Amino acid sequence: MSEYIIKNGHVFDATQGIKGDKKDICVKDGKIVDKVGSSAKVIDAKDKTVMAGALEVHAHVAGPKVNAGRWYRPEDKHFDSHKKPGITRIEGGKSIPTVFKTGYEYARLGFTFAMEAAMPPLYARHVHEEIHDTPIIDEAALPVFGNNWFVMEYIKNNEIENTAAYIAWILRQTKGYGIKCVNPGGTEAWAWGLNCLTIHDQVPYFEITPAEIITGLIKANEYLGLPHSFHIHQNDLGNPGNYKTTIDSLKLAEGIKATNNFGREQVMHSTHLQFHAYKGTNWGDFESGAKEVMDYVNKQKNLTIDTGNVTLDETTTMTADGPFEHHLHGLNHLKWFNVDVELETAAGIVPFIYDPNNAVFASQWAVGLEIALYAKDPMRCFITTDHPNAGPFTRYPRVYSWLMSKKVRDERLNTFKKADKVIAATNLANIDREITLYELSQMTRAGPAKCLGLSKDYGGLKPGMNADIAIYNINPDKFPSSGAEIEKAFANVAYLFKDGKICVEGGKVVDMGKKNTFWVDAKVPENKQVMHDIREKFLRYYSVNEANYPVPESYAPHQHIISVDATTKA
Amino acid sequence: MNTVTLTVKKQPELYLECENANPDAFAGKKAADIAKLGAYQGKEISTLGDFFTITGEAGATAADTKIIVNGDCTKMKYLGAKMTAGEMIVNSACDMYTGSWMKGGKLTVNGDVHSFCGLAMAGGEFTINGNAGNYLGAAYRGDWRGMSGGVLRVKGNAGSDVASFMIGGTLIVEGDVDIHLGTHMEGGTIILKGNANRRVGGQLVKGEIYVFGKINVMMPGYKPVGEKEMEVDGTKAMFTDFIGDLGERHPKRKGEVVWGHIYMKN
Repeated sequence: MSEYIIKNGHVFDATQGIKGDKKDICVKDGKIVDKVGSSAKVIDAKDKTVMAGALEVHAHVAGPKVNAGRWYRPEDKHFDSHKKPGITRIEGGKSIPTVFKTGYEYARLGFTFAMEAAMPPLYARHVHEEIHDTPIIDEAALPVFGNNWFVMEYIKNNEIENTAAYIAWILRQTKGYGIKCVNPGGTEAWAWGLNCLTIHDQVPYFEITPAEIITGLIKANEYLGLPHSFHIHQNDLGNPGNYKTTIDSLKLAEGIKATNNFGREQVMHSTHLQFHAYKGTNWGDFESGAKEVMDYVNKQKNLTIDTGNVTLDETTTMTADGPFEHHLHGLNHLKWFNVDVELETAAGIVPFIYDPNNAVFASQWAVGLEIALYAKDPMRCFITTDHPNAGPFTRYPRVYSWLMSKKVRDERLNTFKKADKVIAATNLANIDREITLYELSQMTRAGPAKCLGLSKDYGGLKPGMNADIAIYNINPDKFPSSGAEIEKAFANVAYLFKDGKICVEGGKVVDMGKKNTFWVDAKVPENKQVMHDIREKFLRYYSVNEANYPVPESYAPHQHIISVDATTKA
Repeated sequence: MNTVTLTVKKQPELYLECENANPDAFAGKKAADIAKLGAYQGKEISTLGDFFTITGEAGATAADTKIIVNGDCTKMKYLGAKMTAGEMIVNSACDMYTGSWMKGGKLTVNGDVHSFCGLAMAGGEFTINGNAGNYLGAAYRGDWRGMSGGVLRVKGNAGSDVASFMIGGTLIVEGDVDIHLGTHMEGGTIILKGNANRRVGGQLVKGEIYVFGKINVMMPGYKPVGEKEMEVDGTKAMFTDFIGDLGERHPKRKGEVVWGHIYMKN
């Protein structure tokens, strides 16, 4: 494999504490090395910013729910489907792009890893088919457990070992990466026409509360010592006054210590926090609760969060939180899609227009930015748009421009039709902080890598790490002042190296790279009880056969397996 | 007003998507620059110059530009799509999406058009001196935003699903239409001079449909509520007013229910 040396670039790397110093980066055999031979190809990065490849910690980019969104919203791709010259295929879709566009766009933005945030275990094959078809970027998927019958039954009886054994079995069957939990208990309660809006609401029939599910899953996660922590979309998403429920559920992690061999420190990752940080009692007196929530997060070292920034676009919301999507359909009366996944979870989809002329949507935009700006530790706060729920991931450059420049942010804030109302309902106008390039490298590289348990290979430019490198046309000494310039610079990398290969050059995809699917193989002591329960549930309830349930090897031909061993715990 | 003339010199093998054949894309360009504008044939990118002989020069703005298209355009899609101002005359029959998402200006087609023409039109004047296909002035597949403004007039007949999801503007068909006229309509005016097949005004919430001819089978929910003399598109006549079984509470006037109407000429 060819050798490269990247010269004269301004390097930002949180793993080594490099803050824009000029440093040469050497690449050999897909890894970053100390030095290379004289025949190495020189890449001149003069007046450019060099960072590690970015990691997406939460996005909906592959699987049956994303695909359902694609086929039921043909209008989303109508004016956004084109073939660009070169080796790429036709790129279609805006809020729900095709798998090809997903891969290309992430690469152009400087990303090399993306986490599919909700995989229904029953439809894991579809998720892996789409992951396999997404070019360039490495991917993994989190199976959803928050409304799973097995999990609820075991946790109700306080059987953490059995819960962990079941989770380990599912991870192996679905080639999953960790534990995702969406509206714990609420989605199952919806099958009875109910929802769980606080963490102490009982789930009908199972007689368990969301609080018990959350605590049980955190314990099971640490019992197994998985690379990623418990990953939660909390109860009562998107409702005014929900910040109390959010803090209540974050408090459940208090006193629990992370046990793993991957350098991860958090025990709970709370996703798209923007949707969970609202004060007020209705949409009329709606206010930002970002400060309250972030004050707690800043204090509590064993938590990480991501923002879920609203980008003020027309988008498509899709989540395993079935009751919430029904509620959303009631608000905007647009077409609604819903499906129940037997024994496991559910999903809903509704198109959504975040109209900047509407005070509520503009306030949601402000809340998302506040969350990132209130974060004291950028290693624990990551930037996402919960793609495509708060906006498409292709809008990351715009989100960066709002976070990195108070001028750009205030321009947007003050030109809202209902600016007075938005300024009164949020604190954004009083925040002067501007995220620096170094902090950005923490929020999008080193932080997510550590949170996902991938800090050995990802998120930095230390020798020995994967040669995933993004070079942007940004001169830190002359940082662009207009929003459009910042956006342009982040939207198209000058170069993207993936595993030591140049995949994007001057914003153009030149190589499809070699993508990997990551999954976690957790070894647990033999558990006859759990295997018996699984067999019984398949015989009694599932519409598929147990033998047809696992994802075959051929679905993930380029797999990277992370092994964890919990057999000694017994 | 400057005039640009496009004459078809080569027929595309597949269909040509002329998304750039409108006054807005031409504005400020000379013939040579217009020839370089892109057009898709399948997934292959070609240029307008590959298929048209282009003469003349566009005005500085779209409003200052007039486009005349000659030759056989039956394989050309998207002519005049998304235009916001200016004038365009197509002296041929043309394919799908002609005048779709049009926002302003004047578009005239001297021939028949295929389906999806005047799709989600928001303004301007679109006249078809021929017949139109299905989904005239409707919403794009899956979309919920149909024609919202402007005037669309068809001299001949139109197909099925005309003006579905219409929310504003005026659509006039001087001939007959097939099934599903004005489905999911939430505003605007449809004037049908000829006859309609079944299912006129299904899910009609707001807006008016005037029918001069006959409706083959009236939807079961509709009932006559009175008679009125009105002048519609220059013709004064007595109409019977029908309302359906679907109304909507008026958002501003509390408690009052707004109905969609079908007016049948006596």
